[in-house]
Amino acid sequence: MNQTAVGEVEKLVDPMLPQLMSIRKTVWETDDTFTIQLEKADHYDAEFTFLPGQFNMLYVFGMGESALSISSDPLKPGTLAHTIHRVGTVTTALSQMKRGDVIGVRGPYGTNWPIEKANGLDVCIVAGGIGLAPLRPALYSLFRRRRDYGRILLLYGARSPLDLLYRVELEQWSKLYDVEVLVTVDRSDSTWKGYIGVVPSLFMYIKLDARATIAMVCGPEVMMQYTIAEILRRGIPPEQIYLSMERNMNCAVGFCGHCQYGPKFICKDGPVFGYPHISHLFEKKEI
Amino acid sequence: MFIIQRRDFDILISALKQRGYTVVGPAVRDNAIVYDEVNSASDFPVGWTDEQEKATYRLKRRADEALFGYSVGPQSWKRFLFPSHVKLLSVVKKGKTMEIQSDASNEKPPQYAFIGVRSCELNAIVIQDKVFMNEQFSDPTYVLRRHNAFIVAVNCTQSGGTCFCVSMNTGPRVKGKFDLALTEVVGNGVHHFVAEVGSDKGAEVMKEVPHKNADASGAGVAEKLVDATAQHMGRTMNTDGIKELLFNNIDSAHWDDVARRCLMCANCTMVCPTCFCSTVEDATDLSGDYAERWRRWDSCFTMDFGKVTGGNFRPSSKARYRQWMTHKLASWINQFGASGCVGCGRCITWCPVGIDITAEAEALRKNSVRIEAEHSTGV
Ligand SMILES: Cc1cc2nc3c(=O)[nH]c(=O)nc-3n(C[C@H](O)[C@H](O)[C@H](O)COP(=O)(O)OP(=O)(O)OC[C@H]3O[C@@H](n4cnc5c(N)ncnc54)[C@H](O)[C@@H]3O)c2cc1C
Ligand code: SF4
Ligand code: SF4
Repeated sequence: MNQTAVGEVEKLVDPMLPQLMSIRKTVWETDDTFTIQLEKADHYDAEFTFLPGQFNMLYVFGMGESALSISSDPLKPGTLAHTIHRVGTVTTALSQMKRGDVIGVRGPYGTNWPIEKANGLDVCIVAGGIGLAPLRPALYSLFRRRRDYGRILLLYGARSPLDLLYRVELEQWSKLYDVEVLVTVDRSDSTWKGYIGVVPSLFMYIKLDARATIAMVCGPEVMMQYTIAEILRRGIPPEQIYLSMERNMNCAVGFCGHCQYGPKFICKDGPVFGYPHISHLFEKKEI
Repeated sequence: MFIIQRRDFDILISALKQRGYTVVGPAVRDNAIVYDEVNSASDFPVGWTDEQEKATYRLKRRADEALFGYSVGPQSWKRFLFPSHVKLLSVVKKGKTMEIQSDASNEKPPQYAFIGVRSCELNAIVIQDKVFMNEQFSDPTYVLRRHNAFIVAVNCTQSGGTCFCVSMNTGPRVKGKFDLALTEVVGNGVHHFVAEVGSDKGAEVMKEVPHKNADASGAGVAEKLVDATAQHMGRTMNTDGIKELLFNNIDSAHWDDVARRCLMCANCTMVCPTCFCSTVEDATDLSGDYAERWRRWDSCFTMDFGKVTGGNFRPSSKARYRQWMTHKLASWINQFGASGCVGCGRCITWCPVGIDITAEAEALRKNSVRIEAEHSTGV
């Protein structure tokens, strides 16, 4: 705190004050999940920059705010986007927004996926459900310098074939960027020719050079628990495992206390953690 | 060190008021000593003291006319620096767009002078400084109030039945940043305050308050009173390896035991001077064109605290009590470099079922030692 006399506090930056952005486009990925692309709607002319894995707080007039990961390419200016599962008040309101409607955006917040650290390594990306959204910016970043990495594997699972996100892109990624994409669903339908089962079961079908592999995981907590157990069993060192955590979040700036996970605040110490930083809590219930 | 006579105490209050401060001090309301706006010493709890035990708080008459002859009441200064309910944003809808104003950073904040800040409470304020002025973000509501606050600290000359500041190394002698610190000396025909100046602002105010220099014996009397307080703590807490104790006992059976007693009423978090959790509420007016965002105190004991769509991360009572105590005594040290407990005893006094954080910590330790012993002997 600066030592100034009474009344001398200068203009304060309010971390809870959003900037304004408008909806450029809404794309429905599945029946209940959509991607909104945003563009600046106010006088701020600074470019919105972020790192893969970071999130924003999106405010809808009168409804509230939600923590939402950024799902777009960090290296493509002006393409900010979020992929959102419609589940409640705010996410439903976001799903109903039309082109040009304005929302509030605070961010970006939180830690990022270790793209630098992946240099020279094989990268194994594991996603469950909406967990693919925060990993997409990581994939885009890897593609930029594809030759700097060894294999890129993407193990991805959804409830059913109709719940798969980014279906067209998944195919492109395997063709254009030599990504080994393995997709599984919990429940199949008559059209489905791929794997059936939970995400960790996909490890049966791959071989890893464990020491030379870095893993990035995001999905429901149970899925992450089983996945990490599987990854560890494969011999990938704990320091090469990263995961993105979720908790109730009200402020995203470390004030509200809701997102605490042991000594960590998910909003500022996470959401992306190196596994050794939380491994002692990870198997415990109700932390 | 200076001596201010009791009869000149009102001059201190008026000197602060003249400087534009809203002066807040102790006052008796509804059979408890609370902090409220005061205009003169007659608003203080003159001649009152309190008796505190677990789940017990009672005011009693003293034999003298002391102004500070009690320990801490149910409220702390956090209710002024971190108000329980604040408007963060006002939002006006304009067609497809909107205008958002930060009320928190544009308000003209109250300028508070706090009289009677105990050592544990001063420590609690420093702890909340670290929360609301963290390495990345500052909360305007807090900063604006905190920045301007004038602090008249008071050394405790009597310990409360639930106090354990000595264990937490937070008192009873006032340490840290204050503007003035007072020790009240009353009895045997004297009634005065031994005063210490802690800042330039404090020195300025002292110029207006009649005082004389304290000689060695005058200062010595005050010292002795505070030393005696330290000898008579109502509670103690063994803080040896306390962080490890909590972190290593996540699975302790003792949490089930506390959970059977705890009502999840959240009293302990409301009265605690360091607890800082909050939640945000949104409201619109009838026209639907105007909305506000408000922040209010929240508690890790509420059912909704860990709720997310499709689940709740802490549904059981046991996990919620564990979260609170582990945060206070252990995680806080990782997060802010200091314990989240300053030993004020409020949570013990105001828990309706008498759950005592010092006793729970001790029980956890005993349990843990017993389990270790069983393991090492192979039982
Ligand atoms: C770091 C982070 C990143 C996230 N990224 C995405 C993403 O990319 N896509 C996506 O679809 N979802 C994401 N979520 C989950 C998303 O925040 C919730 O689904 C959303 O807040 C639900 O809000 P609602 O009003 O629609 O639901 P409701 O059920 O109506 O929510 C009511 C209230 O509960 C709270 N709440 C409910 N769920 C959550 C939650 N998971 N986290 C925090 N608070 C919650 C909110 O305070 C909300 O106001 C993320 C969550 C976190 C913490
Ligand atoms: S935990 Fe209890 S004793 Fe410790 S500071 Fe909070 S209210 Fe006071
Ligand atoms: S410990 Fe006591 S005060 Fe705290 S929630 Fe439980 S019953 Fe209420």
